[in-house]
Amino acid sequence: MTFHILRYTPGKDTKPCITAYQVPLKLGMTVLDGLYYIKENLDPSLAWRSSCRMGVCGSCGMLVNGLPRLACNTQIKEVADTRVALGPLPNFDIIRDLVPDLTSMFDKHLEVSPFIQREDEVDINNPEGEYYQSPEDLEHYLQFSFCIKCGCCMAACPTSATDARYLGPMPLTQALRYNNDSRDGGAEKRALRIGSRHGVFRCHYAGECSRVCPKGVDPAKAIQLLKRQLVAGYLGLARRRKPCGKQGLNRR
Amino acid sequence: MREGEMKQVEGGETAYWTWHMAAGVAIFALLGLHMTTMHLGGLTGLFVAYPTEQAVSPANSHTRDASLFLTVVYILLLGLALYHGLYGLRTMLFELTLKPATEQAVTTALVVVGLLLLGFGTWAAVAAHQGAAYHIASPEAVYVGG
Repeated sequence: MTFHILRYTPGKDTKPCITAYQVPLKLGMTVLDGLYYIKENLDPSLAWRSSCRMGVCGSCGMLVNGLPRLACNTQIKEVADTRVALGPLPNFDIIRDLVPDLTSMFDKHLEVSPFIQREDEVDINNPEGEYYQSPEDLEHYLQFSFCIKCGCCMAACPTSATDARYLGPMPLTQALRYNNDSRDGGAEKRALRIGSRHGVFRCHYAGECSRVCPKGVDPAKAIQLLKRQLVAGYLGLARRRKPCGKQGLNRR
Repeated sequence: MREGEMKQVEGGETAYWTWHMAAGVAIFALLGLHMTTMHLGGLTGLFVAYPTEQAVSPANSHTRDASLFLTVVYILLLGLALYHGLYGLRTMLFELTLKPATEQAVTTALVVVGLLLLGFGTWAAVAAHQGAAYHIASPEAVYVGG
């Protein structure tokens, strides 16, 4: 199996170039295994980011044969017969080789306030108990909480490719995840940024984010639901919901 | 974020986009009426005073122009189509990562262009309506351009 890898070191190389490596294929070998083989046997200078090796941490997102994927979660035989082409995730700056600079994504993530917001700050800082949340309430956001922030959706998004200020699939999905959380009361504050010029309404519904998401989060669906929330709020059709309290604490 | 900026952001795209969608639905209905009038007039008899003539004949055109209902419908259709189309154009331009000042200039320019075109179209529709009404009331008068 030949690995064609885009190599680039900013400040040293003038432009990215492709280097080919021959890797002996074993049954069940993942792209990440191939990269480790190259680093240990062929070229120790090759750089990429990885951690858990089991599709949980979201570190090893990269472009595998033209699609953003997790290297640890992609078996080589699934994507290629003789040749694997690897590059860093598009729509991000390159730190080095296969390591993208995800700072822009996390900055946008922060803009949507991805955390529980409540009026009772005293209790938040000194909690006296747990907030009750029913299994039905949980279902409203559970799917969107599976996001591991790997950046694959951001790399696949055609709007993010042209509009650098567009929030992108991951932050928007996380905005919905917290809007739908029965403990949260920050939807109106989030709407300021989500409903801005480069917010949720710039999505074309190309659906690539959902196609490449390794966790099945379906960001495209989240974005459409977010649009519906904002429009319903604007038209005064949204159901008024107060963040849940602690009165049902004993109901487990 | 300062208070002024919050207000600008708050009302912004959600309102524009909601009306963009609503305009699309309304255009679908009004365009349906237009197509029905122009292409199925012989079948439905809607706004067709002279069934033996084509829908675009001067006689049938005068009949439609004389209708206040259709005049209002076409002005409405023009306004909705301009809003829908120009908002779509603005969306495409904004994807080019323009500077905020340029974005504001683009928005202002499109609003001005839209209002100018709407004003011109409204003037034309009202003039046609008045001319047709006069022509029908005074058939002996010479109709220039008919």
